[in-house]
Amino acid sequence: MTAVALLLICIAALLAISVGAVALARAKAATLLVYGAACAASAAALAIALWHVIAAAGESPAIVLPLGLPWLGAHFRIDALSGLFLVVVNLGGAAASLYGIGYGRHESAPARVLPFFPAFLAGMNLVVMADDAFSFLLCWEFMSLVSWALVMAHHRDAENTRAGYIYLIIASFGTLCLLLAFGLLAGPAGGYGFDEIRIAAPGSALAPVILALVLLGAGSKAGLVPLHVWLPLAHPAAPSHVSALMSGVMTKVAVYGFIRIVFDLLGPPEWWWAMVLLFFGSISALIGILSALMQQDLKRLLAFSTIENIGIIFIGLGLALGFGANAMEWAAALALTAALFHVFNHALFKSLLFLGAGAILNATGLRDLDKMGGLIHRMPVTAFAFLAGAVAISALPPLNGFVSEWLTFQAVLVSPELPQWGLKVLVPTAGAMMALSAALVAACFVKVFGIAFLGRARSTAVAEAKEVDRFSLAAMLGFVALCVLAGLLPGFVIDAIAPAAELLVGARLPTQAYVPWLSIVPVAEARSSYNGLLVFAFIAFSASFAVVLIHRFATRAIRRSAPWDCGFPDPSPITQYTGGSVAQPIRRVFGSLLFLAREQVEMPQPGDTSAARFRVEMRDLIWEIGYAPIAGIVGYAADRLNRMQFLTIRRYLSLVFLALVGLLLVLVVWL
Amino acid sequence: MAVIADLLVQGGQMLVVLLLAPLLTGLVRKMKARLLRRQGPPLLQPYRDLLRLLRKEAVVAENASWLFRIAPYLIFAATWVAAALVPTFATGLMFSWSADLIVIVALLGSARFFLALAGMDVGTSFGGIGASREVMIASLAEPAMIMVVFTLALIAGSTQLSTVAGYMLSGGVGLRVSLGLSLVALLMVAIAENARIPVDNPATHLELTMVHEAMVLEYSGRHLAVIEAASFLKLLLYVSLIGSVFAPWGVAQAGAGLAAYVIGGAAYVAKLAVGGILLAVFETAIAKMRVFRVPEFLGAALMLALLATLLMFMTRSL
Repeated sequence: MTAVALLLICIAALLAISVGAVALARAKAATLLVYGAACAASAAALAIALWHVIAAAGESPAIVLPLGLPWLGAHFRIDALSGLFLVVVNLGGAAASLYGIGYGRHESAPARVLPFFPAFLAGMNLVVMADDAFSFLLCWEFMSLVSWALVMAHHRDAENTRAGYIYLIIASFGTLCLLLAFGLLAGPAGGYGFDEIRIAAPGSALAPVILALVLLGAGSKAGLVPLHVWLPLAHPAAPSHVSALMSGVMTKVAVYGFIRIVFDLLGPPEWWWAMVLLFFGSISALIGILSALMQQDLKRLLAFSTIENIGIIFIGLGLALGFGANAMEWAAALALTAALFHVFNHALFKSLLFLGAGAILNATGLRDLDKMGGLIHRMPVTAFAFLAGAVAISALPPLNGFVSEWLTFQAVLVSPELPQWGLKVLVPTAGAMMALSAALVAACFVKVFGIAFLGRARSTAVAEAKEVDRFSLAAMLGFVALCVLAGLLPGFVIDAIAPAAELLVGARLPTQAYVPWLSIVPVAEARSSYNGLLVFAFIAFSASFAVVLIHRFATRAIRRSAPWDCGFPDPSPITQYTGGSVAQPIRRVFGSLLFLAREQVEMPQPGDTSAARFRVEMRDLIWEIGYAPIAGIVGYAADRLNRMQFLTIRRYLSLVFLALVGLLLVLVVWL
Repeated sequence: MAVIADLLVQGGQMLVVLLLAPLLTGLVRKMKARLLRRQGPPLLQPYRDLLRLLRKEAVVAENASWLFRIAPYLIFAATWVAAALVPTFATGLMFSWSADLIVIVALLGSARFFLALAGMDVGTSFGGIGASREVMIASLAEPAMIMVVFTLALIAGSTQLSTVAGYMLSGGVGLRVSLGLSLVALLMVAIAENARIPVDNPATHLELTMVHEAMVLEYSGRHLAVIEAASFLKLLLYVSLIGSVFAPWGVAQAGAGLAAYVIGGAAYVAKLAVGGILLAVFETAIAKMRVFRVPEFLGAALMLALLATLLMFMTRSL
């Protein structure tokens, strides 16, 4: 049997679990059964996908199922690109299911989560495997709807309902754009199979329109600014392991859709496409991370940070398009490898961080950073895992986040050879924005870890928190191990990505597995090289050298005492720095421009005993400028049209008649 | 044989930076005192301070976590590795290919990440204030530094520091506008990163303007010694970096004879002395800034560095 057939069986199993969960949902053992089975199915799918990638099997022949459009059928196929994304999807799926076994026990409404969870996994797999426009769109919409159902799991919370509403609108808008894009791609002849589309590449007049539509469609799903508004609302609303899947994996499926259409189906790129991608990528990176810094809600903060990472991925993709348009295949391969590596990395550490946030939520019932504190004492393993995730996402060596960032910087550094002036100006600027956002990510995660896990407990719920169950810990520690491995041995990941790069841009990075000492050398050794393993060994050696020397020859005496704090320790934990106060300097520097942040201090008059107040006002300009007017117009129009609802039957009939006459007139004029 | 010689040079380099770092700080302190017509502590005082701290018991706050106790060693290790990768008296270090300039910047970022976390661990307001200001400063200094790295890498065609230093030494560089801009930016970043005046004041305590000292306030004994050593190393790293890129004279090439290494060593010590003296003069001549003026200072550094990179993208000759 081919890999495609085996994977389709796994997906069918996931769908069957989903159906079974409907029947089982009220049973006691349902959580264990459903998540356990989903975990097994995902793990099997992961094994198949991994085998496909490692064996470099290239393309598996397509399988056509007699579903969907009768004259088309549903085509499914795996090539090097979808193989990579299948690994990401099923890795995230298996870990989230494992985590769910423990986490799901605390679910208040399991019947609203269990049936949709395996279906969500199946939907993401199907999108990546689809090989014709019809099944792609169908699976895409299926994925959106099932994830919407998961967002609405706790629908009694008004905030969640609003999140689900906005998500539904933007997801439908995105699918509509993709539908139009595929319509243009297929052309008047209407060949909807990807192989037919690939041959009939659209003309240069249509290609920009399709690019714009794909950017709107896939970009809105991925969370590109300014189409990101739904993401920080919807991702946190879902149960935490679903949030991990939505942020870590579903945004990657959107990136897959973008790559599939723009790099594979759309034909040869033009250089200015890169400008568009670089522009939106950089503003997403910067706005995403600055918004994340301003948040107090842990899960919402993580969702905003997803937007930043998507921005970095799109910067890499933009560079790859720019190089590809100028026939610099090796540079395009470098940029694309960086982007795909970041896809993989982000799936790892963002899932890890969301699972960590879920563990905190489980142990304390809190999402608000300013009520946490000192969790490192109560939940040491979770704290360790979360710290590893924070280090990885902050792009600090020797973990994995740094490698993809380093590769992207290397791609920026080869771009002065690009001939177009527009790119010459925009690429270094995008590089600077990326460097700026990387530094801000570190600031953001210092804030998160410092406030949530360090310091003293700010509420009783936190002071009495207990470490979470073993399944959750296993899922988190698994991600930690992968983050470390991908950081220390990046060469193997790069080699796994190489066939996809070869497929899409016609070149690949040199094979890294045989470079001495397991370094990575993307271009040439004289130009740049990095060895995570050696850097890690050096750090480990120097640190232990210092420890041993000091403990052996100096002293190892230690005494516990009250905190010093310059002689004035304050016993009340609420006097500690909060998340808002840690972010305050950065808010002052960047926020006054971007969020029109205003600080107000209300000082009572002398003699007045009321408390002084400090208030911060921030505005969401993207919502106010981009979305509020549209919402206003729609609301106004709906109000006007509301009258049409209460007409007599005669009026309705005359309306129907008028519409018919109008349409016929249009037809006459048209023909 | 060649491998052993390379290993010796690399090992020697690691020891040299570790041993010279306190001396450089001692020199800066002495010079500053002399410029103020004070006698000042002896040159070797930092060594004595370190030894004294190492022998004392460490007093740790009751609610400090394991992170508080391992952070000093991580900070020290990351800074030491970064400092050992910058060519001092010789280029072509054995392990220079394992990490390029971007990695060196990122290693310093790792050290800062853990330092800021350690500052927040005990849950005191001083730790929080130090950490939040440190990350604000870093959020502007780090991109500026990356832009400087970009400029150097574009000029030399490599991000490997050894290759960059070798290229600067080769004389084919000449005077360039972009180099000048990035030198200014690098100096500004170096001042901010090392918590020197006008950004921070390494000599104050009990003052609301302090950043670095606020974060390490809870540390004592050997932990404090290790953190101090890391900050000495960081100062040395920046002086060596500026020296090896903008004043590469005298640096021994890989595989050169013993005489070249001796000359390289002498030149390196001379560069450190000049760097230290210039820093002391600069610090004496200028006043400390308000914290919220620092972003303007570092924003200027970022803009200069970005301008230099843009120039390099426009024309390869400027």
